[in-house]
Amino acid sequence: MNRFEYVRAASVDEALAALRLPGSVLLAGGTNLVDLMKYEVARPARLVDINRLPLSSIEELPEGGLRLGTLVPNADAAYDPRVQQKAPLVASAILAGASAQLRNAATTGGNLLQRTRCPYFYDIHTPCNKREPGSGCSAIGGLTRMHAILGSSEHCIAVHPSDLCVALAALEARVNVMGPGGERTIAFADFHRLPGDRPEIDTTLAAGEIILSVDLPAWKFGDNYSYLKIRDRLSYAFALVSVAVALEMSEGLIVTARLAVGGVAHKPWRSLEAEALLEGRAPEEGAFIAAAMALLEGALGRGDNDFKIELARRAIVRALGQAAAGAPQSQSDKKVRP
Amino acid sequence: MIGKEVNRVEGPLKVSGHAPYAADYPAEGLLHGVIVGSSIANGKVLSIDSAAASALPGVVAVFTHENRPAAGSIGMRYRDLVGPPGTPFRPLHDDLVLFADQPVALVVAESYEAARDAAALVRVSYQEEPFETDLDRAVAASFVPTLPRPFVHRPPSPRGDAEAAFATAPLKIEAHYETAPEYHNPIELFATTAVLDADGKMTVYDKNQGSQNVQLYLRLALGLKAMDLKVVNAYVGGAFGSGLRPAHTVFLAALIANHLGRSLRVVATRSQMFATTYRPHTRQRVELGCGLDGRLVSVRHHAVGATSNYEDQQEVVVNWSGLAYACDNVKLSYEVAKLATPTPADMRAPGAASGQFALECAADELAELAGMDPLAFRLANWVAHDQNSGKEITAKAQRECYAEGAERFGWKSRDLKPRSRRDGHELIGWGMAGGIWEAAMAPLPSRARATWRAGGRLEIAAAASDIGTGTYTILAQIAAESFGIEADQVAVLLGDSSLPYNPIEGGSWMAASTGAAVARACDKLKRELLKAAHHSHEVPRRPTGVRFEGGRMLGAAIPGGALPLGEVLAATGEPLSATGTTMPQLMPSRLVSYTQSATFAEVRVDEELGVARVTRVVAAVAAGRILNPKTARSQILGGVVMGIGRALHEEGLFDHRFGRVMNASLADYHVPTNADVYDIDVIFVKEDDPRASPLGVKGVGEIGIVGVAPAIANAIWHATGRRVRSLPITPDKLMG
Repeated sequence: MNRFEYVRAASVDEALAALRLPGSVLLAGGTNLVDLMKYEVARPARLVDINRLPLSSIEELPEGGLRLGTLVPNADAAYDPRVQQKAPLVASAILAGASAQLRNAATTGGNLLQRTRCPYFYDIHTPCNKREPGSGCSAIGGLTRMHAILGSSEHCIAVHPSDLCVALAALEARVNVMGPGGERTIAFADFHRLPGDRPEIDTTLAAGEIILSVDLPAWKFGDNYSYLKIRDRLSYAFALVSVAVALEMSEGLIVTARLAVGGVAHKPWRSLEAEALLEGRAPEEGAFIAAAMALLEGALGRGDNDFKIELARRAIVRALGQAAAGAPQSQSDKKVRP
Repeated sequence: MIGKEVNRVEGPLKVSGHAPYAADYPAEGLLHGVIVGSSIANGKVLSIDSAAASALPGVVAVFTHENRPAAGSIGMRYRDLVGPPGTPFRPLHDDLVLFADQPVALVVAESYEAARDAAALVRVSYQEEPFETDLDRAVAASFVPTLPRPFVHRPPSPRGDAEAAFATAPLKIEAHYETAPEYHNPIELFATTAVLDADGKMTVYDKNQGSQNVQLYLRLALGLKAMDLKVVNAYVGGAFGSGLRPAHTVFLAALIANHLGRSLRVVATRSQMFATTYRPHTRQRVELGCGLDGRLVSVRHHAVGATSNYEDQQEVVVNWSGLAYACDNVKLSYEVAKLATPTPADMRAPGAASGQFALECAADELAELAGMDPLAFRLANWVAHDQNSGKEITAKAQRECYAEGAERFGWKSRDLKPRSRRDGHELIGWGMAGGIWEAAMAPLPSRARATWRAGGRLEIAAAASDIGTGTYTILAQIAAESFGIEADQVAVLLGDSSLPYNPIEGGSWMAASTGAAVARACDKLKRELLKAAHHSHEVPRRPTGVRFEGGRMLGAAIPGGALPLGEVLAATGEPLSATGTTMPQLMPSRLVSYTQSATFAEVRVDEELGVARVTRVVAAVAAGRILNPKTARSQILGGVVMGIGRALHEEGLFDHRFGRVMNASLADYHVPTNADVYDIDVIFVKEDDPRASPLGVKGVGEIGIVGVAPAIANAIWHATGRRVRSLPITPDKLMG
């Protein structure tokens, strides 16, 4: 761990000012950043602790949505009755992730900004373009079990590890940020980026910007949602594949479909074509398969992870079935529901 | 007292945080050491630049092979009691790098934080040389080790003609099995606090499974005198075999503390646990042939296990296949293959958990071919004696394990056919496996001292280790039984090299060997008490009919009928002591002892998604006399959970280009979580085995894991019709 300066911000303005200094990094729950510092992957000159800022409330929005403050602990969000009622997909996705201890500490904004769990990113003795731009991607030609099948580049095949973000992508959440130029809102689909030739950049958050909150639109999906996560053990493991689904149903037909897949790309993967294939259709397996195929169009395995293409297809079909049946996957009973 | 469910006597200390572990001991002016590991897996250190590290405030020194204080130079001086043939790894000995993350420097500072900061600033340049960490490639150069490992039996000579019998066998299978490298991850990391006393003597608090083994190692490697060096491992936070050999931390901490004349603590990081030792992975081939009646006519089992480039680690992998089931034509072979890794070591049921996985899965496959129930198949091939040695087995209640386990599990309602039960998307399968582990007595003498102190307290002392298994408790029970008192009235002192001699805690022999030494020490102490009472209280010489109970000696021969031991001691004026010894079996015996098990597992597999849940396990164990059903049951529960991990989760993932284990953390190296563990039912079947050990006791540390992985793999076949012969059985291997 390198030597760093520690600053505790008393206001958002103070945090913004501190963030302008070179080498500054925000500290919220620290569940990822502190790990990265211990592994010598992150070497910030300055930690700007924002935990005292008044950004940890959950508010109801006038049009029926919810606003999650950037410092709301994941566990608080998951067990908040308003979130459980108005964004049950979000609550379920959070509970699918990490461990109870980590969820108690991790925050909304921190979850959005967590870095990949690619083992080469974590091991400073191996080349990694995300850690050291230009050094090469060790995952390509190496262990790829946990790596991307969609949207990767020859420079990086890492995946985004969040569960929460998969649900937020499906729900078209909006990310409210503040920077030197004032406030702005980023559509969730635009928040995370693909690696391309700049894999060191995970998001479109500009330098000096702070996430203030995440807005969830009004819930219109009833019980027709599910968050299904497939992993190498039944708890406390990153997703091989995870699926967030929300369906607006009317008279036996799917009116609106939202579908995002985690564990497969550098960002939660959404396909408007796939969703369009579901809309207006009866919730039948044929439609689910067509949507899954559309979402996975162009999927590319790298060896160890070849199986994830088929696994993703099946998980999408299953999760769509659960959502259509109004029988969302439980995160405590580990049996995968029909 | 023996046979009762006694709570752990050290339990309150542990749950209240008062039981000190190796890294907990304070010392004045304590220094902290952090190990710098090599970034390459094979080659040479060209140069080490520690200028920036040394310049950090608080840094005392950076030690490398270039400035390491003098220590033994020849490999022989680094031998320990359990190491395999070869040249043991000598930390900071020279510029050679033998495995990834090998210690190449130790940064010593006034605080842990300063040491860690400085460790990140040490710059090492290397000359990398070609290496191999891929067992699948290394098997091409596998070989039979020239020298055997002490106490590890080589495969028996072939008997009959296995080849010919296989060729003509009416039913036969040939299958290849793979087990994965598994890494020791007890919650207590390798840690050492070396404390320099005012008189220049050193007390080394260290995480290990044998304080005297480590003391011997340090004496030889560092040239220290026994009287100047004490090694303490009073409490051990899990070990499972990882602490059988001295770890890097203890050598470095003792060496540098001695050199600097200051106390020093060195704690491995979690990722460094993956660069110390591991359970070797194996590649195995099993060929079984049987008649139409299911009786085995041929057994062939060949295994290759991983070892390092500098030592020939050996396990008993295939021998079990020659004694588990009746067969006259048997050929077994075992080889090792060198990899650029640290030397593998024992992990719970070493060898057996690998070899019997292959054997018990193959037996299941042959039972299927014979159209027989897997349990009936095993019963048809039951054998009473040890066919490898021709010796009589002291007791073998394995049929009772089969019967009671099957009854508890409900095995008789199992459909022979795979894919026969379904619950929605989940296929339900039932599988079982037998299991064997050697019920050995320790191969070296085990001693214990019993002392009755004036305050009326009985004290038992032995340099044995309690690695979390309940040794403190069972020794207290044995002593309490002898004196007719409660277990919590006995003080047990363990884990200190200055106490009476004991070998390492391994092989599940401590309960039998040290337990018997305690019983003998108590018997001798009673005679001492009677002798003293003869002088002080006119108790006749060699009285008959005297018994000890509640801190008194009772009987018609005792004046007044009862005499408190406290009065005898008050008259004597000093505590009375006696030492008991259990000697190893030195002469060849016509007898041999084993523990046996039958493990039954239920799995539910969502084969579309590759998700498997082990929803039920029944483990029936025959282990002679059970000293404490509560701690014994915990041992079996732990073995079953570890077996679930072996079956479904655990695997060190190498990138062979770098020779590094890439999942060296508890987030990425998966062991079972609570969510992965459902019902586990443990049965100890009645087994009287007085010839196995003086108390009729056989250890239960290993046997719990042996049958678990094959029972789960067999259940997965029964659920899905799919034979997965490679561990761990991950979702990709299960997706239908």
